[in-house]
Amino acid sequence: METNNKPKAYYEESYPPVPTKSVKFWRSCMLWQFYRFIILNYKVMKIVAFGHN
Amino acid sequence: MATVVVLGAGIAGHTATAFLKKKLGKKHDVIVISPSPYYQWIPSNIWVGVGRMKVDDVRFRLEKVYKKWGVIYHQAKAVSIYPAGDVNNAKPYVMAEYTLDGKIGEPLKVEYDFLVNATGPKLNFEATEGLGPNGFTESVCAYSHASEAWEKLKKVFNKLENGEKQKIVVGTGHPMATCQGAAFEYILNIAYELKQRKLSDKAELYWLTNEFELGDFGMSGAYVKRNGYITSTKIFAESVLSENNIKWIKRAGVKKVEDGLIHYETLAGEYKTQEFDFAMLIPAFAGAGLKAYANDGSDITTTLFAPNGFMKVDADYSPKTYEEFNVKDWPQTYQNPAFKNIFAVGIAFAPPHPISKPQTSPNGTSIFPTPPRTGMPSGVTGKTTAQNIAEWILNGDDSLKHHASMGKMGAACIVSAGFSLTKGQAATMTVNPIVPDWEKYPDYGRNINYTVGEIGLAGHWMKLMLHYMFIHKAKGYPFWWLIPE
Repeated sequence: METNNKPKAYYEESYPPVPTKSVKFWRSCMLWQFYRFIILNYKVMKIVAFGHN
Repeated sequence: MATVVVLGAGIAGHTATAFLKKKLGKKHDVIVISPSPYYQWIPSNIWVGVGRMKVDDVRFRLEKVYKKWGVIYHQAKAVSIYPAGDVNNAKPYVMAEYTLDGKIGEPLKVEYDFLVNATGPKLNFEATEGLGPNGFTESVCAYSHASEAWEKLKKVFNKLENGEKQKIVVGTGHPMATCQGAAFEYILNIAYELKQRKLSDKAELYWLTNEFELGDFGMSGAYVKRNGYITSTKIFAESVLSENNIKWIKRAGVKKVEDGLIHYETLAGEYKTQEFDFAMLIPAFAGAGLKAYANDGSDITTTLFAPNGFMKVDADYSPKTYEEFNVKDWPQTYQNPAFKNIFAVGIAFAPPHPISKPQTSPNGTSIFPTPPRTGMPSGVTGKTTAQNIAEWILNGDDSLKHHASMGKMGAACIVSAGFSLTKGQAATMTVNPIVPDWEKYPDYGRNINYTVGEIGLAGHWMKLMLHYMFIHKAKGYPFWWLIPE
């Protein structure tokens, strides 16, 4: 008899870390993401500014 | 009066042209020879490939911009270089063929004092049987390809809506293809679109790659500092794929594609196949195929170009093992060693060696990515070369004091994972330098304090902002020069 409850183990894709609901929430939380947008821009600008002569 | 000829109007060539004209003004000529009448912002082709942008959102006609700047523009394809002129005239020149309607195939001769080769790559679909838009797979390497890919993908979505199962394969289409980042973006965008249409359960997605480990991206992977850990991009990439229910096949060199079937060889030497209903596979890149001739007409192509067709510059091309690879092997000024008035920027320059560790199967097939030079490195090498040439012309200063080694240059890569202002996502990754410097940074090869690796809506906003910023810059709108490369 076929079952849909096959074990999701021993597959390569079953080993990596996956985000929890909380992580997913913060990834799309507008206020937090706006703050991250500023930080990421600053970090990328540092790379651009000091990355070449 | 000096004449600078730029071959190509992609990110590297267009950036070089913009800065050359800005610095040289009206007293000197800048001439662009490019086969396409359009500039295209290639990073946004991904969104054309999933129907989120139209072709005209990512391209614009070059002629109008160059007219405004005072740049002479020929819609033609460069064919050969005569770096010492010919028997009649010692002035160096380029031969090209018009691609303009009404003049197609007509020859064009353009003399130069300085030459910037920014032809980009030839998309070498022929290197893999059955690959590409003329074969059985799609591509997002050009806006026209991305548009075709979207038309095919729409049909796949229709079938899924009708309850048919579909297999979608995205990745690299040659054992030594590069540009994994673009393919990675595409599969994540497809996964996002499937989710939005509630079709994820009916589609099987596969990431097929020549990388030894996921997250290699042709730059030997990277480490990012995040949540109290220093994590490899292998974990990062596997996590993103796993989260999106994408299976992966790694260490795979695609050898042949048939209708619905990909043949590949693994690094272990096994020959396997993968079925597909829709596949987007990045081809191998080769040089544009330019020839070079001495003034007596003899062929000196091998003096100017490496065997893969990319132009030799100030790199150390001596054969080395992976353990001997050194960051100092990478070029700094992009000047051709044989002819000092010739430079090659962007993808057109020949890298000294791979960045990823070379790997060979027991059957002798090399299966690993070649080095990426797209995006930021293209813009930066275009700009620094323009600065060096301008100072040479204006001040007689041939010291080439502006350097842009990929062994010192950092890069940011924003991997789109869904297009929406409120629900979209992208992974923002930075590395510094691009080529690992194991002497300076013995633990991780790069400055770990300059790394970023995070996923979120902010990344999508950044990618979208960069799209509009760089199109603004490329069009030469007010204060364009304030936008960094």
